[in-house]
Amino acid sequence: MLRKGFAVAALGLAVLAGSLAGQASAATTNAEPKELAWSFDGPFGKFDKAQLQRGYKVYREVCSACHSMNLMYFRNLGQKGGPFYDPKYPNPNDNPVVKSLAHDIQVKDIDTDTGDPISRPAMPADKFPAPFPNEYAARASNGGSLPPDLSVMAKAREGGPNYIYSLLSGFKTPPAGLTMPAGKYYNPYYPGDLTGNWSGPADKVPEGGSIGMPPPLTDGKVTFDDGSPNKIADEARDVAAFLTWASEPKMEERKSFGFGAMIYLLIFSGLLYASYRKIWKNVAH
Amino acid sequence: MSGHSTYEPKTGFERWLDTRLPIIRFANDTIVTFPTPKNLNYWWTFGGVLAMMLGVQIVTGIILAMHYVPHVDYAFNSVERIMRDVNYGWLIRYTHANGASMFFLAVYIHMFRNLYYGSYKAPREVLWILGCVIYLLMVMTGFFGYVLPWGQMSFHGAVVITNLLGAFPVVGNAITTWLWGGFAVDDPTLNRFFSLHYLLPFVIAGVVGLHIWALHVPGNNNPTGVNVKSETDTVPFHPYYTVKDGFAMSLFLIMYAVFVFYMPNVLGDAINYVPANPLQTPQHIVPEWYLLPFYAILRALPNKLMGVLAMFGAIATLFVLPWLDTSKVRSMRYRPTARLYYFIFIFACLVLGLCGAHAPDDMVIPRVSGLQLLDSNINSYTWLSRIGALYYFAYFWVITPLLGLTETPLPVPESISSPVLSHPASAPAGATASPEKRG
Repeated sequence: MLRKGFAVAALGLAVLAGSLAGQASAATTNAEPKELAWSFDGPFGKFDKAQLQRGYKVYREVCSACHSMNLMYFRNLGQKGGPFYDPKYPNPNDNPVVKSLAHDIQVKDIDTDTGDPISRPAMPADKFPAPFPNEYAARASNGGSLPPDLSVMAKAREGGPNYIYSLLSGFKTPPAGLTMPAGKYYNPYYPGDLTGNWSGPADKVPEGGSIGMPPPLTDGKVTFDDGSPNKIADEARDVAAFLTWASEPKMEERKSFGFGAMIYLLIFSGLLYASYRKIWKNVAH
Repeated sequence: MSGHSTYEPKTGFERWLDTRLPIIRFANDTIVTFPTPKNLNYWWTFGGVLAMMLGVQIVTGIILAMHYVPHVDYAFNSVERIMRDVNYGWLIRYTHANGASMFFLAVYIHMFRNLYYGSYKAPREVLWILGCVIYLLMVMTGFFGYVLPWGQMSFHGAVVITNLLGAFPVVGNAITTWLWGGFAVDDPTLNRFFSLHYLLPFVIAGVVGLHIWALHVPGNNNPTGVNVKSETDTVPFHPYYTVKDGFAMSLFLIMYAVFVFYMPNVLGDAINYVPANPLQTPQHIVPEWYLLPFYAILRALPNKLMGVLAMFGAIATLFVLPWLDTSKVRSMRYRPTARLYYFIFIFACLVLGLCGAHAPDDMVIPRVSGLQLLDSNINSYTWLSRIGALYYFAYFWVITPLLGLTETPLPVPESISSPVLSHPASAPAGATASPEKRG
């Protein structure tokens, strides 16, 4: 009875999950993101620290020119599970690597003696500064498009890191028959509807959409300190990993805590089942 | 609460308290000696699961409220801050967010169990109605709670749902303005939703108290649906059901933990991690999975007011169910025909959920251009949800009343003990010697 019951419950859940996954729309299309194997996949997955460090460099040198990460502080880089975590410095504000990374960046502040706005080198306790003072400035500099904040990007898009990787490495020259408006770029992974830009046969409208972001990465654009390969695909993969960490900085803690919780619950269930069998032994039911 | 109390105060203090506030007697009669049918299966465990979930949601919710900021400019970031900077904040928030789904999963199983075994029938009508009240309060609480993170789906979901009330003629607009605290979903709306989201769980807890009270007057129904005849049909709640429910609840917690620790965002919508932007409407506005069937019923009808009435009608129908069912037999174990329609009903609910998740004009079977029937294509989710909704209402208003009058049920056992003991597979080896002397 128990097994049957849970099978039915599981089936119901599966149907529901299928119905959720099946959400699609008539007009918007996009190519399925490529599935990569990530170090942080699965119940025991962990972030690859070296990859996160490379990803931070890509963000800092490329993405941060247009994209803010308003929820990130420099100290996050040195916290447990972060790219520059050092067990010698449990307080990330003391971590010299984090201090020097912060120091490279100028942030706006107020001079407390005069009240004048000033710029000073950042400290670990500072937020990542935003590239534009407001939305209007951001749009004005980007042909009318607003570069989204990247703090939780890996959670905010279906497909997470796979989507980010595919989008960044998936820019293509528009096929013949597809005209892109000025300042827009064709990307098959970006959800959109290209019917209006398509002069070919009506049933062969290319998948994807027109994105306001020009292809940000090129082969060799970022030189990694550890000498890792830096083709477009490498840069895209590393920055996708970094953004996943930034979206879920407590993922490792969550998974390791979960492992303990699972062991506890399994033992607890076993004990309860044994007690149940013992107590009910002489009751016909 | 049912039958007379067997509690005997043992210590001086207990005797002293018993003559002033018999609270220990009350607890003893309610959760220790309470006579419970001995044949309850694991479907009966979800009442306990629900009580546990209410506790989990209240405890985690109180902690979240210590850190959450109900303001349109800060709500989104404060939720992320809980996940990033509050100690174990990620655990508390994911437990709470997934807890809502687990709560609804449990309540649906609890309700379907109820329908199958006819637990809503006399003398348990009030018990069932109180359950419907709890469910309605849960829907409201879940909806308010989903608005609080102030992501894109929070905001636009709130716009869609509150706008439904605007469908009522004459007073509609006044109601929505009053509900919003302004002329659009904005800061006052978020504030009052937070306030109500904090209030309603305690109202639920109160109604749960009444629900349990109403349970303890007639006692539990059971899988055979026949009344308890003698003491041999029952066992004391403790330790028999505390341990059995405890085991099942522990298994439920394992499933819950898989979501919290390994896929905390799978039941939510990715777009709700995009901060709310009133100027940018998402392409598909969908509620959380547990409200999808009602959302499908809402959209099945071409007229907004009719859709709203149908949606409310779908829940209102549950309240009158005890008087729609004409069958004298409670359990569908002995109603093979009713059982068939019951499983079709579950299927219809799942289909409605599927319809709620899709855009109304999407094709059900891809690449098949069906015929245009009235306002929509026959191969669209609009028509599928119409069929589902039709069955939903027909099940309660036509099939249930008629079946009770026309079907021939199987023979029902004399008592709870008789089918149990006549079934060799279910009697444990040690029990055959003198079963009447045990349990």
